[in-house]
Amino acid sequence: MSLRRWWDRAHGVTGAPSVRGLGVTAEEWLQAARDVAAAGGRLLSLWASVDASNPAAAAVYAALLTEAGVLVLELATPAHGERAVYAGLAEIFPAATRMQRAAFDLSGVRSSDPDQRPWLRHSAWPADAHPLLPAAATAAAVAEPPNADAAYEFVRVEGEGVHEIAVGPVHAGTIEPGHFRFSVVGEKVLRLEQHLGYVHKGIERRFTELPILAGHRLAARVSGDSAVAFSWAYCQALEGMSECLIPARAAWLRALFLELERIANHLGDLGALGNDAGFAFGLVQFSRLKEDLLRAVDEAFGQRYLLDAVVPGGTQVDVSAPAAHALTERVSAIAQEANALRRIYDEHSGVRDRFAGAGCLAPELAVRLGVLGLVARASGQALDARCDLPCAPYSELAPAKVVRTEGDVAARVAVRFDELQESCRLVGRILASLPGGPHLSSVAAPAAGAFGVGFVEGWRGPVFLALEAGAGGSIHRCHPHDPSWQNWPALEHAVIGNIVPDFPLINKSFNLSYSGPDV
Amino acid sequence: MLKTLRKIGSIGIISEPPPAPDPLLRVRERLDEKIRAVLGRALCIRHVDAGSCNGCELEIQALNNPLYNMEGLGIRFVASPRHADLLLVTGPVSRNMETALRRTYEATPDPKLVVAVGDCGCTGGIFGESYATRGPVSNVIPVDVAVPGCPPSPTRILQGILTAISSRGKL
Repeated sequence: MSLRRWWDRAHGVTGAPSVRGLGVTAEEWLQAARDVAAAGGRLLSLWASVDASNPAAAAVYAALLTEAGVLVLELATPAHGERAVYAGLAEIFPAATRMQRAAFDLSGVRSSDPDQRPWLRHSAWPADAHPLLPAAATAAAVAEPPNADAAYEFVRVEGEGVHEIAVGPVHAGTIEPGHFRFSVVGEKVLRLEQHLGYVHKGIERRFTELPILAGHRLAARVSGDSAVAFSWAYCQALEGMSECLIPARAAWLRALFLELERIANHLGDLGALGNDAGFAFGLVQFSRLKEDLLRAVDEAFGQRYLLDAVVPGGTQVDVSAPAAHALTERVSAIAQEANALRRIYDEHSGVRDRFAGAGCLAPELAVRLGVLGLVARASGQALDARCDLPCAPYSELAPAKVVRTEGDVAARVAVRFDELQESCRLVGRILASLPGGPHLSSVAAPAAGAFGVGFVEGWRGPVFLALEAGAGGSIHRCHPHDPSWQNWPALEHAVIGNIVPDFPLINKSFNLSYSGPDV
Repeated sequence: MLKTLRKIGSIGIISEPPPAPDPLLRVRERLDEKIRAVLGRALCIRHVDAGSCNGCELEIQALNNPLYNMEGLGIRFVASPRHADLLLVTGPVSRNMETALRRTYEATPDPKLVVAVGDCGCTGGIFGESYATRGPVSNVIPVDVAVPGCPPSPTRILQGILTAISSRGKL
């Protein structure tokens, strides 16, 4: 069956544009995934949810990104226990592995795939307790103190001269925690295996304790550097479920916030990448530009990072005409300076030497691994939700898609430089043509059982969020998905054959979130 | 090279004066003059993300930009807790990071100071205490100074660090 037929059979889902949902049988589940993969689609997210009215029933969901839009498959399965098993998707979409392991840890629904090691569960709760099951089942189980020495089974590489380097969870820089296990010969990396989940904060359980109209604050804190993307995705889902049409000005302001978030993160990364290549001048200059931007944002909106700017029904803050003028000037100056610094990076032979060819992720591998976002665009994948499945106002803004094919650190740097310029242009354009009117409208809590999806292209890649309303304005289930889920395994491949001292540079060129996928 | 030098010359020195310590941020009074005598104003910091959403990390990184120029004050980040005088801890402490945080604290030589950064580090924030988190940093290791904010600005974080190393009313 072709992809088209699955799409036509599916029903519309509220929230982000071009999202459809389809309940499938066990056979259809695999066939639909195969057809999507064959048509060049990829896995966006996979999660499980226990039925609100019948705790013995659950469903596994797979959100698939296709050319037509996002197709959400729903496969019913028994909840928790021997029979709660569904067909794993790892062979079709390798990125499914960690998501399936996490879904088992949290919801007790097991895939049939061979890798059954825990992912988010380290030792803070026992293997037979699943935090997303109704509270009674887990309350007693989590009282025991964690045992940090519970061993994680890393894949061992053996042979003459092979040794392991264990790094983390506490790293040497000001970054998030995670464990990396390198198997090396001399300086050369034979294999990297990541063990993450250290900053698992129980976000999905916490969502169920919040009123649905207040969940955007938690969504913004799934990964603080992508706060606008996550809070927008949450609000998009919620507003779709509540049939709330946000004012035009609010949509434009959200796009403004999203592009400012992109600029801030790209500036930070470009500086850090220069620094990791031994060019401290780059860090000093780009961190100065980033500080300039944050202060301009602070002057315009009263917050340096826009963690609470996007709220249900619109935006919390508006921009005055003088503030818009000042922000336009600052962003345009930053764009010019960044361009001058790009020439310095390009002409610096030492920097060029470190960037070119390091951490290469070939386009074919990028397809096979199903990578997303900035990393995908640096490896020849022309994917950008702002262009492919635009919500307002991106259909009107029509951002230019930036694609490189080399797949190395240099390509990921170049994508950042180009996107930085494009985002600065978009900020100017948005501020020049902001529609008038209010920036906030009222939203009512959706009816119990309502389901919506948010899909927003953050600076790192597409942020996906599924939201299901509970009774009395509560949240039954909220699953936020960071694109780092897909891109972390790709980093394991990109470092193979590189030398250990290049790892920090390669890692920074991906700059993936720990907090986002650790949820 | 010429472009690089020209850029450095044209920007000049843009570092701003540091903020004054704020005694209100102090949560534990340690009239231990010896600590300050040993540490003085040459301070080594080990940052530990014990469960943060990474928002606080962005502002901590900003401390090293040329405007805050924390290294210019003699304060620098080090790669190991064994080299550190002060731990700068973010996040509601996740249960998966609890042991790593305790071990980092134990590996830091005495006398040592702890500054908790961000609403989550101070109170557990929006994440609170749950099956996955232990809440505020002070639930796991002793905290001297707590800097609220989501995320706190670099100025506030720097103020917290300076408060930790200054005795009341002087620096």
